[in-house]
Amino acid sequence: MKPLIATAVFAILMMFAALTVKEKKSFTHFAAILMLGLVGLNVWELADYNRLLASAQASPDLFGKMLRVDNYALWFNVLMSSCSFFYILLVGRSIEKVGVHVGEYYALHFFILCGVFLLSTYNNLLILFLGIEILSIPQYILSGSDKRNLKSSEASLKYFLMGAFSTGILLMGIVLLYGAMGTFDIHGFNFYATGTLNIMGVVGVLFMLVALGFKVSAAPMHFWTPDVYDGSPTPFTAFMATIVKVSVFFAFMRLFMEGFANLDPYWKVTVLGTITVLTLLIGNITAVYQQSVKRMLAYSSIAQAGFMMFVVIGSNAMAMKGMIIYAVAYTLATVGIFGVLLKLKDYTYDGFNGLAKKHPFLALIASICLMSLAGIPLTAGFFAKWFVIAAALEQPGTFWLVIFALVMAAVSLYYYFKVIMAMYFKTGEPELITPVTTMDKVVMAIIGSAVIVFGIAPDMLLAWI
Amino acid sequence: MPIQSYLFLSFSLFAIGVMGVLMRRNAIVIFMCIELMLNAVNLLLVAFSKVHGDPGAQVFVFFIMVVAAAEVAVGLAIIVMMFRKVNSVDINILNRLKN
Repeated sequence: MKPLIATAVFAILMMFAALTVKEKKSFTHFAAILMLGLVGLNVWELADYNRLLASAQASPDLFGKMLRVDNYALWFNVLMSSCSFFYILLVGRSIEKVGVHVGEYYALHFFILCGVFLLSTYNNLLILFLGIEILSIPQYILSGSDKRNLKSSEASLKYFLMGAFSTGILLMGIVLLYGAMGTFDIHGFNFYATGTLNIMGVVGVLFMLVALGFKVSAAPMHFWTPDVYDGSPTPFTAFMATIVKVSVFFAFMRLFMEGFANLDPYWKVTVLGTITVLTLLIGNITAVYQQSVKRMLAYSSIAQAGFMMFVVIGSNAMAMKGMIIYAVAYTLATVGIFGVLLKLKDYTYDGFNGLAKKHPFLALIASICLMSLAGIPLTAGFFAKWFVIAAALEQPGTFWLVIFALVMAAVSLYYYFKVIMAMYFKTGEPELITPVTTMDKVVMAIIGSAVIVFGIAPDMLLAWI
Repeated sequence: MPIQSYLFLSFSLFAIGVMGVLMRRNAIVIFMCIELMLNAVNLLLVAFSKVHGDPGAQVFVFFIMVVAAAEVAVGLAIIVMMFRKVNSVDINILNRLKN
């Protein structure tokens, strides 16, 4: 578990650097180097694990069965750390502008990644709880880091109160499940041990479902999302909406696939199906009425969460593939569009008017990312949606759910293309607050081409599982 | 004592906590209610630990305490930051964020 330890060490290194280094720019360079090191460590871990497994020296269970590593989780870690690396390269300049404690902001990012790695490999509800908390607490701080801005403080307070409340509900769920099953090990749950359904266990599952639904902002537990995402400093919104969200989804899927495998499919299809329908409906319909692109992206992240709920409903081999592709497609596209948004002064749709004339490259990247979010063929988003829907269809009784999701995907075209229309077909004078550097162009080009390459050959992402 | 008594006590504490979070407007009081929820969970964990004869659950309690302490540190700082801005800990000001 080299990367897991490394994240904590790197975070502490960043905090020490914050004491001594005064130059803001060097923090971004330092964080980028450390993040690259983290990607390297993750790749090393993946290769090493395979080599050891071949010689039967490795055991998948670590730390007394607290963690369980496999190729799939390690590959997810590699992808998430790579996405974080591109994220830092793209928005680092904006993070420096948020406030004075740049070193600490990066340290908090590393702590969040520590939670991400715990969530991808947990084998015990204790680690699930710790992972979610390690992931959440830095986010409360990050969302309030723009101290001059009242909106940021309010977002932080709101996120904190709601997040702590959902933690209490998650813990109640874990305890009820423990009371019913007598174990915290997610592979030890048997809901029919006495022949009939264990009611206390099911109530525990429902509590956990509510709490995890809250963390991934699934309706009707989504109400905090628009305010918090809108109020937080934009670079941190990009991180919260992407890497954090898909990691919690990963944990969510593992819980239902491995932990609750023996629960009746009724629970998955009916309860999760209702949540999915509500999430898709509320996310997409409300996004249509937004004036600000940042707020629209917050609602779009709710809508995308509705699609990601399909992997939890599916909870099968296809869902595992869908999870990886959706995670990467959604993360890359959202980081890309936030990267463009951060360059602009005006976050409303009008702020995008005429961007294609003045900065054709920014407009091109934004269009590719938006088309991927909408799920247009030849972008990664298309195969992401295709895989998660295929996974859901393997469960009986999800046909209408899928039809509904496709209708909602058509609705989402409206608000994504509204931005593209503004960029290409309207005239205006878009103002940039930060100049587009060569570095930005390179990273944006990588993100844009990755979205297209994964849209043509999604199998590349599945090579390791 | 039968487990039912502990269940009843824990659920009552948890319900009081949830009601407090939903009904009170003062951020500090909401925060205290959240702590009440966590402590109801701690109590139940210890009771179940005895029922199952498994010390693992008691270790879990320590983890919850540590995380709750970390949350207090961050949460009070956020509330203080808010108080310095608006001179109030009433959460009705949060409605300003809407629209």
